[in-house]
Amino acid sequence: MDYRSPLAKVRGLGSAKSGISHWWMQRVSAVALIPLSYWLITFLDLSFHVPYQQLLAWLIAPVNTVCIIAWVLVAFYHAALGLQVVIEDYVATEGFKIITVWTVNIIFFMLALAALVAVFHILLMG
Amino acid sequence: MAEFTLPKNSQLIAGKSYAAPLGATNVRRFEVYRWDPDSGENPRIDSYELDMDDCGPMVLDAILKIKNDIDTTLTFRRSCREGVCGSCAMMVNGKNTLACTKAIDSYSNTIKIFPLPHMQVVKDLVADMTHFYAQYASIQPWIATQTPAPADRERLQSKEDREKLDGLYECVLCACCSTSCPSYWWNSERYLGPAVLLQAYRWLVDSRDENTGARLDDLEDPFKLYRCHTIMNCTDTCPKGLNPAKAIAETKKLLVQRKLG
Repeated sequence: MDYRSPLAKVRGLGSAKSGISHWWMQRVSAVALIPLSYWLITFLDLSFHVPYQQLLAWLIAPVNTVCIIAWVLVAFYHAALGLQVVIEDYVATEGFKIITVWTVNIIFFMLALAALVAVFHILLMG
Repeated sequence: MAEFTLPKNSQLIAGKSYAAPLGATNVRRFEVYRWDPDSGENPRIDSYELDMDDCGPMVLDAILKIKNDIDTTLTFRRSCREGVCGSCAMMVNGKNTLACTKAIDSYSNTIKIFPLPHMQVVKDLVADMTHFYAQYASIQPWIATQTPAPADRERLQSKEDREKLDGLYECVLCACCSTSCPSYWWNSERYLGPAVLLQAYRWLVDSRDENTGARLDDLEDPFKLYRCHTIMNCTDTCPKGLNPAKAIAETKKLLVQRKLG
């Protein structure tokens, strides 16, 4: 039997006094992805339609290198923020929720690292 | 926790049918959710055929007709019958509304009447509002000031500042919006829901209140506020034509302003 008052249950542990940064960065990264996706689409388009050396020449241009790397970082950051919200929505068991969120964060971090290593590998090794 | 299937003892079964009176020419059929906690039976759908020539124009009139003339065991809340008290909030044909201000003629064919969705049912169309009201109490919905009130008059407010409360003060706390919100269904233990957040915003923008910062502190929480994903069911369903989604967005803007402005 739970004898806590309804108000005590609602107040619970109180406000986390955070959340605005998460919400705001999700929007900022979403807006950033709009122009950055131009580089991703161009990169994918080239990789299907031109010879490898020509693709390499495009990627080596500093603006293209920076924007592709920025896309990788922002896209994985945005995905991690978004998936955290989905998990918080649907997973109620506290321990499982924390484990799931951090598993997802680590997976996205590793994927972002792998993508960066791949880009630098192409740039440095040809 | 998100629940996608009903427990066995919550599954609906067909109930009793009450035919229209002999000689009725203008007949409408009403299917009503019935559940009696004392019977131990599953909830059922009873259907009633009413003679509309002998019934008022609103959904609440039909429910009262059933209660008075056909089946006195039907349980529901109602008080003002003019959209001011918020007692008769229920789900009519899949959308939450106030039965007293919703015309029967705005629907065609059978009218299906259910209690507010995803709430504990007390009996028939009566939902348990305890948690909802506690959430309302938790935002301290009253003016908070350090400055004493002037000795000889009320606290003054400019016409422009008063206008900021339009679209907020009209809320009657019927809970149509909160109980239509999927985020509230999944996380109502912690998410305050659109109705309470609209009320919270009503005190955030009141020019006479001196507690805005502390109110924002209390709201800034991934669950209390940020479970709102702008689904907009709240605004779509509000029987008073208010816009809780906008009030929530404005609250988020205040928090951004405080942090970055």
